[in-house]
Amino acid sequence: MTAYILRRILYAVPILISVNLLTFTLFFVVNTPEDMARLHLGVKRVTPEAIAKWKQSHGYDQPLFFNGEATGTKKFTRTIFFEKSVSLFLFDFGRADDGRNIGRDIRQRMGPSLAIAVPALIFGLFINITVAMTIAFFRATYIDYWGVIASVAAMSVSALFYIIGGQFLFSKLLRLVPISGFGEGANLIKFLILPVAIGLLADMGSGVRWYRTLFLEEMGKDYVRTARAKGLSEPRVLFRHVLRNAAIPILTGVVVLLPLLFLGALITESFFGIPGLGSYTIDAINSQDFGIVRSMVFLGSCLYIVGLICTDIAYVRVDPRVRLR
Amino acid sequence: MPKPVLLWTDVLIYCLLVSSVLALFSALKKEHLRLPLRQVTGCPTAMAALVVLFFYLLVGLSDSFHFRLKLDERPGQQIQYAPEVLSLLDIFVGPLRTRVETTYSAPLAIEAYTKETVEDKTGRRSRVYPRLLYGGSHLKDPNLRLSDIYGKAVKGSAFGLVVVTFLATIGVFLLSRVHKTVWRITAGRVLRGQCHAAWRTTFITAGVLIIIFFALAPLATHYHLLGTDKVGQDVLYLSLKAVRTGLVIATLTTLIMLPFAVLLGISAGYFKGRIDDLIQYLYTTLSAVPGVLLIAAAVLMLQIYMDIHADDFSSIAQRADIRLFFLCVILGSTGWIGLCRLLRGETLKITELEYVQAARALGVSQWKIITRHVLPNVTHIILISAVLDCSGLVLSEAVLSYVGVGVDPSMISWGNMINSARLEMAHEPIIWWSLLAAFMMMFGLVLSANIFADGVRDALDPHLQRG
Repeated sequence: MTAYILRRILYAVPILISVNLLTFTLFFVVNTPEDMARLHLGVKRVTPEAIAKWKQSHGYDQPLFFNGEATGTKKFTRTIFFEKSVSLFLFDFGRADDGRNIGRDIRQRMGPSLAIAVPALIFGLFINITVAMTIAFFRATYIDYWGVIASVAAMSVSALFYIIGGQFLFSKLLRLVPISGFGEGANLIKFLILPVAIGLLADMGSGVRWYRTLFLEEMGKDYVRTARAKGLSEPRVLFRHVLRNAAIPILTGVVVLLPLLFLGALITESFFGIPGLGSYTIDAINSQDFGIVRSMVFLGSCLYIVGLICTDIAYVRVDPRVRLR
Repeated sequence: MPKPVLLWTDVLIYCLLVSSVLALFSALKKEHLRLPLRQVTGCPTAMAALVVLFFYLLVGLSDSFHFRLKLDERPGQQIQYAPEVLSLLDIFVGPLRTRVETTYSAPLAIEAYTKETVEDKTGRRSRVYPRLLYGGSHLKDPNLRLSDIYGKAVKGSAFGLVVVTFLATIGVFLLSRVHKTVWRITAGRVLRGQCHAAWRTTFITAGVLIIIFFALAPLATHYHLLGTDKVGQDVLYLSLKAVRTGLVIATLTTLIMLPFAVLLGISAGYFKGRIDDLIQYLYTTLSAVPGVLLIAAAVLMLQIYMDIHADDFSSIAQRADIRLFFLCVILGSTGWIGLCRLLRGETLKITELEYVQAARALGVSQWKIITRHVLPNVTHIILISAVLDCSGLVLSEAVLSYVGVGVDPSMISWGNMINSARLEMAHEPIIWWSLLAAFMMMFGLVLSANIFADGVRDALDPHLQRG
């Protein structure tokens, strides 16, 4: 098992390297630091001195890959590639445009992101599976027919509509919860309940539909027929046999999501003013702070890869039919 | 003669249209493809969705023929063309585009939404709701507004009913020619829903839509049917113009990603080994980068490029169009991964089957095996996921525009409408119409695309065919 995990982690290294190269190309080769400086300082009427100063203050005043002026190993370390990209591997994210330490910001903002994402995931899983189970129980009846139509309709609604509509209805008209913000302690619930509920609602359509398909697929298999032939009651078949077997794809689908929870929900966070990583990213995109965007890209890919490894491990642990290779 | 303007996305839309019509005709010639096609036409919900999609397509297509109108000619001068790029749709809905109020007005209102200080002839100032410049300007007495609205709607729908009856008669007549029966028998079959294809639902959906169109058209030309936005533009006009943006994003992105997905997916599954490893590595890398961030990074870079090379783009429309095109390319370059994975898995399965083994043993060339034996057996996966992806892309446009990395801010799209209307929710009294209009138009398109995709899946997916 240890060898297997180790091998999976080793597989991840080249992927991370190429992600890093990809972002480097996007951010520094397609457009040179000069172009970026011009964007920040205004495209026209910008003096070369101002550009040079901007580049120096942001640490972009070095060659991309190879520094001919330096000596020894510094030929390679005193370059943009080394200072901006390689340092990401050590989780040293550098500083944002406003001088704040990105690494510290990210650590601070993980908490609020998780406070939204974890309840949304847990309750969402519970509700979606319950509803899908009910629909699957009443398969090929009107409940099934209208349940599917309702979930297709629900997934056709823009997530923005759920958020804006929910804020309008519960915060502005009914005045049940504050429109946006974030608090401490017991106050927190007040701020969290609406974003979590809206997150649940927005995911329900596609979630229910997906789980229903999973359950129906399992129900068509031979072991279910055997269980029914034994004379087991339908609820028992569903909960003891179908749910257990469907748990494998459900679980692996969820595990890959787990690390990404840290990244937060971009839209929800920025609408509800939650100081998490999602709103951090959106603010960075809006203020064109490339340092933050680059760090988030790298962090996101790291987490995704962690998720992949976890999925593989979960597969092996849950499904006895899967053998280690 | 107006001077035609060819935008990048226009050209691709024409290509897409021609190739899909050709594909449909070639599919009709093959028995194994005609069968699922018949199944789709036999499914009432799919047909109703198709009718709705058709109307969206009509709006989007008429908005894809661009030109510049000729300015008034003066003798002895060269022919001059207007700087703004118009489309056929702009001509069709003429008054909607030109009748611009000063600021917000509610749907079907004849007075402005907020009070303004007005000075009358005697010089006395008062705070009143001023009458709109165009909305309901034909009414002398404001109290007649409601009766006028109802009158116009009833008259319009009566006319619509006549048109629908006429069209339905033609439709039944054509059907009876195809079925080679008397028209009365065909009419009876359609009415009772006994045709193999779901003609009754199709006719009813189209009829209802046409009647609604005729009922609302006189209202739209005399009032602002969906109100006006901050700068006084008609919201109905904006939501109609946004249809093209939504459709372009959905279809062009799919068009761009399909070749990647098919080529890479099938070769990974078929050749296995090194090639498989390489392709898997490629898509794992791409999917590791969070989608929104990759798009954001690429769009930001494009923006910088366009700002610096501003001289290369002659008009705002062209600039916006290039950005739209690049957005499709970027979305397409991350969107192929899901389908590629599916195709790889399916191809792995297919290459183990006896007929492929037999073909290999007989020495059939690899290219022939792929095109003859593998590709036709994964077509259903390609079609299903292409249709399913379309609806998701329309929704993601809105989100991306909110984040600020969507289409150009000058381009009319549902995302931009929502983005600018977002702050109006805090307005007192609340301005809800542009937001609701954008959401409803989007919902209509996405829902019909989703329902149609379900119909296609039921018809094509061999796992779902029972009995």
